[in-house]
Amino acid sequence: MEFGLSEEQLMLADSLRGFLDQRLPMSKLRKIAEGGLGFDGELWSGLTEQGIMGIMVPVDFGGLGLSLLDAAVAAEALGYHATPTPFAAALVMAPLALIASGDRAQQKAWLPRIASGEVRIGVGFAGMSGQTGEAAVRLAGNMLSGCVTGVLDGGNATHFIVYLDDGRAGLFAAVGEPGVSVSTHRSLDRTRPLTALVLHDAGVEILGAANDPKAAATAVLDAGRVMLAADTLGAAQSMFDKALLYSKERVQFDRVIGSFQAVKHTLADIITMLEPCRSLVWYAAHAQDGSPEEARVAALQAKAHLGDAGREISRLATEIHGGIGFTDLLGLHYWFKRIAFNRQLLGAPERCRHQAAVAQEWVS
Amino acid sequence: MDLRYSARHRALQEEARGFVKKYGHLSPKTGGGRKRPDARALDWQKLLLERGYFARNIPREYGGFGLPVDILELAIIAEEFSNAGVSPGIMNQGISMLVPTLLEVGTKEQCIQWIGPTIRGDIIWCQGYSEPGSGSDLAAAKTSARVEDSQFIVNGQKIWTSSAHYADMMFLLCRTELDKSKHDGLSYLLVPMNAPGIEVRPLVTMTGRAEFNETFFTDVRVPTDQIVMGRGDGWHVANVTLKYERMLLGDANKLTYRLARAVELMKKTTLDGCRFIDIPEYRERLLKLQGEVMASKYHGLRLMTEQAKGEDSGVKRLIVKLNGTMIAYRLSSLVVDVLGAAGLAYEPVGEAAEDDEATTWQIDNMYDIGLIIGGGSSNIQKNIIGERGLGLPREPKSAPPTVRG
Repeated sequence: MEFGLSEEQLMLADSLRGFLDQRLPMSKLRKIAEGGLGFDGELWSGLTEQGIMGIMVPVDFGGLGLSLLDAAVAAEALGYHATPTPFAAALVMAPLALIASGDRAQQKAWLPRIASGEVRIGVGFAGMSGQTGEAAVRLAGNMLSGCVTGVLDGGNATHFIVYLDDGRAGLFAAVGEPGVSVSTHRSLDRTRPLTALVLHDAGVEILGAANDPKAAATAVLDAGRVMLAADTLGAAQSMFDKALLYSKERVQFDRVIGSFQAVKHTLADIITMLEPCRSLVWYAAHAQDGSPEEARVAALQAKAHLGDAGREISRLATEIHGGIGFTDLLGLHYWFKRIAFNRQLLGAPERCRHQAAVAQEWVS
Repeated sequence: MDLRYSARHRALQEEARGFVKKYGHLSPKTGGGRKRPDARALDWQKLLLERGYFARNIPREYGGFGLPVDILELAIIAEEFSNAGVSPGIMNQGISMLVPTLLEVGTKEQCIQWIGPTIRGDIIWCQGYSEPGSGSDLAAAKTSARVEDSQFIVNGQKIWTSSAHYADMMFLLCRTELDKSKHDGLSYLLVPMNAPGIEVRPLVTMTGRAEFNETFFTDVRVPTDQIVMGRGDGWHVANVTLKYERMLLGDANKLTYRLARAVELMKKTTLDGCRFIDIPEYRERLLKLQGEVMASKYHGLRLMTEQAKGEDSGVKRLIVKLNGTMIAYRLSSLVVDVLGAAGLAYEPVGEAAEDDEATTWQIDNMYDIGLIIGGGSSNIQKNIIGERGLGLPREPKSAPPTVRG
């Protein structure tokens, strides 16, 4: 038994963090955030070189065939740098959807193109995700109609997958498709946008090969939840690191503020919340692959707990910075908003906890 | 990440499972407050020591089972015993704090003399650390020991000495070097509780029970060789002991066990005809705690893995006590709320018998506050986390308060 990251996973984290340290300075982040589409061509090709495109794509289809824990390690690094890039939906949920619900021909057609970085698929749920907004679609033959808001990774997406609440899913192109209207708008989190899809008899490719479509869809949704929790973990760690550094530099009353117990104890509270979060996220990611009977509750609890801990840590870390933390000058707010965004997507804490109670048969 | 057991570990798991199945009926009842182990508990302890389910890694010459440390083996044994509701053996301050301290910094003679009888349950220890004037500021201890005719002569007072009223021995932190600085003037002595001049007075706590004592020393004579390490090394030795205490106080197994009991209780207890688990406000509190208990549990597995590899876990270990004691308190608070008005009949019956369920939870809830304070209070833990763990500067020293006339 060994509870922790492998050498390879530590290297993946180091390599991504090193790349983002160099290629995503605050000035660049600000520039990409202005557009708010959560996509930058240069950054995307850099990340392609880092090899994360095929992280969940099986080796047979040109990917790396790694585990969800590897993806969580990557998500944490991306969250640490508030990286404006598609990831949770385009590089994790979409390939998992194709693996779980696509037939062999569909997998052959789509998975290699995900691994090469050529296609980016946004993912939305009509019902079942526990997300507020409009979500109502109906399928007639292979024609999909209706409306879904709050779709993840839609900025510059080439395609979309929309899940129906029975677990089947439709895949379609983002542009040039009759009956498909895509409107991507900036969100509170300027590093990632949200997309609204309006469909009128849009022709879609149905992903319907799963034996139990609902269970397959739920597993994809839970994997997405673990990714958002991991992203929050990285963002919260980043805010803590910044607050700790600031508290060792900022002088008031002739002392660095970190020597005051009020500040010191706040930082102690943050790290006491944060470190167990990391173990929970790792476990939840690992359980999705390794322990199906514990996977549901672990994913739901990780999403809920990181949502709450992230909110608390982002407030406290901002407070430690004082007035400057409230301004735009340090850019601390990008991480605050990143955490706020992750909280609301794919089910907020209260909703996830309720579902965890249902999964444990505490309530029906 | 690999959460599976190796073949060897699975074999140990089978072995332990078979053992508790065959012999579990001989186990003393678990829990039930602190008292001197009775004949049943001593027999059970003897059996565990013979089979290597207790003191597994303590050398044979000191009375242990003599196997090399394998942290996972210990976790497997603890889990099997806990699942079966069987006592894992005697838990007291001598076993969990003094024994590892002697193994780390004691002489061979001290280990031979004290470890065997302590792990068998024949010698019960109490801890002589806090004083009325030095709690959080432990190094300010004033209880003194001067040397006369190759004996220490101890004078002073200790407080919060749990089990002092039935203990055989005390590990005592006292001032022996009056000319040295605060931290360098302390020594760590091993004191027989039947020595003339020791007086133990029970100290009733907020639970209404005498869980602690005050211990007074008047010219108590202790042979000069009953010291761990040398004169002036007491602060170092005391910190070795505290390290083991804090690991004990944040135990995630206890949280998992308590969460399971809270779930059971909420499934069977009703309010106005509705099960508590079906009332959203209570269920949300339970679910929130479940997330925190899970995070603590996996954090524990992570620390265990690092320990097995010989890595220093740094700040990750320092947070365990602060985190675990607060969650434990919030869990017992939830149960107290589920018991509600019907759980307010409070009549502790003392150490000799068993309390009713509601009284036990009320005691646990208050005792949890004691655990938040004991072993270095939460505020002190935050200083330690901030200073030792995060490298933040210490609070500057202020001038001593002026005495007002």
